[in-house]
Formats: sequence, C-alpha cells, structure tokens
Amino acid sequence: MVLALALFYVQLPFLVINNGPAIAFRTMPGLIFKRTCDALGIPVFRKKFSSKESGKKYLDDCLATGQPVGAQVGVYYLTYFPKEYRFHFNAHNMIVFGKEADRYLISDPVMETPTSLSSYELERVRFAKGAFAPRGQIYYPKEKKIVTDEQMGKAIVKGIKRNVNHMIRIPGNIAGVNGIAGTGKKIKKWKARLGDEKAGLYLAQLVRMQEEIGTGGGGFRYIYGAFLQESHAFHPIDELLDISKIFTEAGDKWRTAAVQAAGIYKGRIGSQADYDVMGDYLIEISEIEKKAFQALSKVKWNS
Amino acid sequence: MKKEEIPQDDGALNKLTKEVVYAVDSSGKYSSELSTGWDVKTKALDLAWEDIEKRIEAARQKVLNNEASPILYFLELRLMDMGILAAYTGFWKWTIKSHLKPAAFKKLSEQKLQKYADAFNVSVEELKTMNVHDN
Repeated sequence: MVLALALFYVQLPFLVINNGPAIAFRTMPGLIFKRTCDALGIPVFRKKFSSKESGKKYLDDCLATGQPVGAQVGVYYLTYFPKEYRFHFNAHNMIVFGKEADRYLISDPVMETPTSLSSYELERVRFAKGAFAPRGQIYYPKEKKIVTDEQMGKAIVKGIKRNVNHMIRIPGNIAGVNGIAGTGKKIKKWKARLGDEKAGLYLAQLVRMQEEIGTGGGGFRYIYGAFLQESHAFHPIDELLDISKIFTEAGDKWRTAAVQAAGIYKGRIGSQADYDVMGDYLIEISEIEKKAFQALSKVKWNS
Repeated sequence: MKKEEIPQDDGALNKLTKEVVYAVDSSGKYSSELSTGWDVKTKALDLAWEDIEKRIEAARQKVLNNEASPILYFLELRLMDMGILAAYTGFWKWTIKSHLKPAAFKKLSEQKLQKYADAFNVSVEELKTMNVHDN
C-alpha cells in the first residue's frame, strides 16, 4: 500500500541549490514517514544526538535488542551510491537492521538488495553537515501494532485532505498548483533573462528534481494515481478511480514536459517558441492538477 | 504512463540498481515496475556534472593565477557552499571568505589548515597543492 500523503510543489524563489532553482515536488521523506505514522496512530520514537559517540552507542543498543531503526543520512559520503548522485543532500533515509563485526547491515530504499556500511562510513553519513543536517537522527515505532482497515481508511481521508490543502489552498503563486503555473510563466523568460547556457542548466535542474530516482514530479503523480486506486478498496467510491486517471494524465504531461526540456538542454531545439511550449506545458499541468484536486475536495467520504 | 512505455535506457544508477516506477496495464490498473533509466534524466545529470567540472577548472585557474586560495578549488571540487564548509570546519562564513584570499591562506596556522583538510577529506599537503588522489 502506498500511502501518498505528500504530494506537493513549491518553487522557492530566493533559494538556489547547486547553482540552480530550488524546486520541491514533494515534502521531505522523513516528514512523509512521520505523517503516515501519525495518520495510522503509530507512535514513533525519534532521537537526535549531540555527539557521534552517543549516537553510535544508542544505535548499537537498539540493534542489540533486535530493534531495527530508521536513520536520516547525508548522501555525499554514502559510499555505495554512484558518484554522480553524491551531492550534499541530507534528507535521505535508510533502515539499519543489524550489525556483523564492524559492518552495519543497511536496507536502502534506492537499492534492490540489502547493503552494508562500516562504523566509520555510517557515522560519517549520520553526522553529515549542512542544510537539514541529520545530527545522527534515528527513529522507530514505539510498539508493534496491527493497523486496522478502519484506521487505514481514516488515514487515507486525512492524507488526501492535507494534499488538497497543500495543492489548491495555499495562496500566492509559488506553492501548489499555482506554483506550477508560476514556474511555467518564469520558464518563458529564462532564455532572455539567463541566456541559453544557464537556461539549459536550469531546465536540467528542473528535470532532475522532477524525475530523479522515481520520486519526483511525473513519477510521483503515477504513485498518487496508484494510491487512489488502492484507496478504492477502503472507500468504494468510483470517483477515486476517475480522479486516478486525471493524475495519470498529469504524470504523462510532466514527462512530455521533461522531453521538451531535454530537447532544449541537449541543444536540439532552443528558440523562444520552444521555451514558450515548455512553459505552457507546466501551465497545462497546473490546470489538470487543479481539476484533480478540486474533484478530490468534493468527494463525499462515507466515514 | 503505460507499462510498455517505461523507459529502459542506460542511466547512472543502472550500474547499481533499478528504479521503481508506477505504470498502468492495458486495463488501466497500476502496478510497480522497474526501469533501468531514462536518457532525458541521464542527460540532465550529465549536464549538471559538466557544469561542475567547468566550475572546478575555473576555480583551479583562479588559484594558479593567485586570485584565490585553494579553498575555493576544494569548495567546488567537494560541491560545497559556504554554509556547508562553515558547518564542517566550525569557522564563520566571513572567516572562510577571508581565507579565500591567497595572502590570508598563506598565513593560516597548521591547526586551521588541518580543519580545512579534514572538511575536504584530503591531507594538508594536498590542500596546499591541489594535488588530490581520490579513489
């Protein structure tokens, strides 16, 4: 079951990351987990540490009692990641589920199979510095609980309502569906304002933030579409299936926009008209998603 | 996206793992599938790295021309900004800014140089010479 509680969009106009615009297509992964647990009534224990020693000791104690833990880490020093992906991004999450001699056993959502890190390697990523520094943060459910269908059903409604608020009820033009259209309008000015090279880099950054590792813009719309289909099992309301299709349409359009952007940054196209097409795609996406969230806001939930 | 439209291009991640993507089958039902990568994304990532390489090279030239200290070179090489370097070294941003000047850098104590070297994951000698052997 995917519990998609976190569809979001925001372009932060004053923030520049890796020399490009900062655009978030979803909330931070740790926050998704937190909201999911809150919505399901699962209490979660979290702890940050002021020293590496106390962070290591706490983790070792947990593992010694057979308690696997979630850990927030930075990816820059994550040795098993390909070099191309190792930026100073500090909100990656993994599960540490055991220890053999000096090696910690790791389940990383990016990896298909379990992996491992030495004590030193794990310490370095747990205590990475910079924005959203993890400070060794670990977390785990306080108790083992079976989630009932009723709780699941309530959590779904809560999540959807939150998404509706985030996507269509935040005023202004930087967040939610208005933010998407706002970015579309800005893109049309990028060629003139930034020049071809920088505008191309900005578009490449947009696509990376959008599509990277399957959790960004287009990909996340598909996840949301799947989530609505699965929600139908808990809330047999046929509108959910229809709205799921609108999210599929939005995801497809995000991908079409990415192909257009790639045409520009590969240098195959690049006239002002091409930027206008790119900007218009985002404005269309904004309309499609607005329609989807408005439909969601009108769903009559039975419970 | 339909299952048969899932891109299976060669991506940077492909050496290591596949990506999970959600796609619909012919009846419109979603399921999770695997993708090896998408050239649209690969090119975006390549471009970001080409830009980084350019910035590193520009910084190296500045250091060689005595317009900046090696700290600028390592900032770019390690993809850091002032905030990240300040967090790793414990120095204030404005202190680091002054150390970006070659004259100020030359006067740094061994202890301070070591802090920078640690932050950049190099030796003090490598820090001074920009001669790095990463594995």
